[in-house]
Amino acid sequence: MALLEVRNLSVEFATTSGTFRAVDGFDLTLDKGDITAVVGESGSGKSVSFLAMMGLLPWTATITSDVMTFDGNDLRGISPRKRRSIIGKDMSMIFQEPMTSLNPCYTVGFQIKEALRIHLGMDRKARHARAIELFEQVGIPAPETRLSAFPHQMSGGMNQRVMIAMAIACKPKLLIADEPTTALDVTIQAQILELLTSLQEETGMALVLITHDMGVVAETAERVSVQYAGQKVEMQEVLPLFSTPHHPYTAALLAALPERATSKHLPTIPGVVPGQFDRPKGCLFSPRCAKADERCRTLKPPVEGPELGFARCHYPLNVPAEESA
Amino acid sequence: MLNFLLSRLLTFVPTFIGVTLISFSFIRLLPGDPIIVMAGERGVSAERYAELQQQFGFDQPIYLQYWDYMLGVLQGDLGQSFVTKRPVVDEFFALFPATLELSICAITLAVLLGIPAGVVAAINRGKLFDRVLMSSALVGYSMPIFWWALLLIIVFSGWLGWTPVSGRISLLYYFDDVTGFMLIDSLLSGEKGAFGSAVSHLVLPTIVLATIPLAVIARQTRSAMLEVLSEDYIRTARAKGLPPSRVTYVHALRNALIPVITVIGLLVGTLLAGALLTETIFSWPGIGKWIIDSIFRRDYPVVQGGLLMIAVMVMVVNLTVDVLYGVINPKVRKS
Repeated sequence: MALLEVRNLSVEFATTSGTFRAVDGFDLTLDKGDITAVVGESGSGKSVSFLAMMGLLPWTATITSDVMTFDGNDLRGISPRKRRSIIGKDMSMIFQEPMTSLNPCYTVGFQIKEALRIHLGMDRKARHARAIELFEQVGIPAPETRLSAFPHQMSGGMNQRVMIAMAIACKPKLLIADEPTTALDVTIQAQILELLTSLQEETGMALVLITHDMGVVAETAERVSVQYAGQKVEMQEVLPLFSTPHHPYTAALLAALPERATSKHLPTIPGVVPGQFDRPKGCLFSPRCAKADERCRTLKPPVEGPELGFARCHYPLNVPAEESA
Repeated sequence: MLNFLLSRLLTFVPTFIGVTLISFSFIRLLPGDPIIVMAGERGVSAERYAELQQQFGFDQPIYLQYWDYMLGVLQGDLGQSFVTKRPVVDEFFALFPATLELSICAITLAVLLGIPAGVVAAINRGKLFDRVLMSSALVGYSMPIFWWALLLIIVFSGWLGWTPVSGRISLLYYFDDVTGFMLIDSLLSGEKGAFGSAVSHLVLPTIVLATIPLAVIARQTRSAMLEVLSEDYIRTARAKGLPPSRVTYVHALRNALIPVITVIGLLVGTLLAGALLTETIFSWPGIGKWIIDSIFRRDYPVVQGGLLMIAVMVMVVNLTVDVLYGVINPKVRKS
């Protein structure tokens, strides 16, 4: 059985100006030990989908889905108590901003030991030993002294390592990394990604990497799900995705990679992700798509089969990336 | 830490001088002459008036009077009351415990009710409890304190007869001051019913004096909590699977208390100002009533000295709050 299975997940936010659909029919199946990247621009509903699974959305959110199970637990209508015994233990998450994601009033040691006490009921000594072990595992130098440091006394990279240590403290089956490197500088980014993949190898946990950085995807993931405006538009293994994207949006994202630029100017995707008031009638990407025609603008596109990467498109591409862009 | 304390103490100097200047000139700006007031209806002869003027130094130019006053202040001498002829410092410390007792009770009540109320309102934002609480806080904050006091007296002392109207303890009891705090002294005296009487005298003044601080603390706690609850680290705490009570009281409240503590420190000034009115209304024999009475008697040294002592007290409290800050907020501690 799949570790995580989500079918047709939708999230709507009640706002003062009506409801806003942030996630629209999100699907994902994860097996033990999978590394999946979820890619998309800001506002494409990547984070929101996973916050919904964790139960961390504010009360203004309405979550609906056909299937949402994790490790045999139905996450729909799960009791808060039961959910709390899962999140932070079997399913954990790290966030984008390490500097603000740790409580400034408590030492990092306190914050990591807290998780150990709540979920594993370890005694003080065991907690201390395990915390040191975890700090060593995530490559924090001088773990014994670092345990009593406050978040503001450490760098962003170190704080992200603390976040990772906290997330893997209870040996989770799934780690969701929500743009874990966005707020860090490039050299630290590489270190953190390397740490995440090596931890994944060591522990065999499943890893979801939410990102908008195609470079990160290429380096770490096995499988990629491309999100646009709350919908999954394509899903493929990494290599075929990079060589033969099937959705025009994926092709456009790849074309925007600096490594692939052929002219002096980097190609961009004109426009922005549609918001609450400018959602197109047909294909959501049609206003920005170079290949869109009348059909795209009026009719919702079908979802193709696995041979075309589940592309949500009227005219899926099937040629190598260099030619399609 | 030492540097921090010294630099803060240095800022006391201009504040201190400012307060002496204001209190010295304010009482002299009031119409009325202390000698005429002292003489009362009998009046005073021209020679005697001149003699008294010389005795009190009123014949000197005003800047010389201020200079003399400051020389005394710097040596710890706040002068003598015109009325009782006792040193102002002695009178202050004789009456201060009464004010301190009332203020401690009031601020304790305000903190114990205000912080939980603010927290619960923040968690139930927009719901009935939040609305009722925030509207009452606004009413409490804007209500004239003397009117509120009279209202309570009418209801609880007049109609219901539950509480006494004035004083610190019933005249039935008499015992010596030990600490100056009636609650403690009445217990120490061992007299039956004395403690109950002291408590019943304290209830209404405490409620009146606590009203504004309570409203301010509740509102401040609520808004600080709302801000903190939307922080990333609260999401992290929830993502760890912590129970909501732990997220609220361990992770959020500690952070939310930082601005609340500052406000509590600032409220001490408000509290002592409120004590002036509250003590007058309830005939509470503390420094508030003492200063008000002295203003009517044009008792210059008492008014000057009393205001100065209050100002120094507020400054010391604020310094203490700044130091306390480091205990709660680790970011301040090591910088």
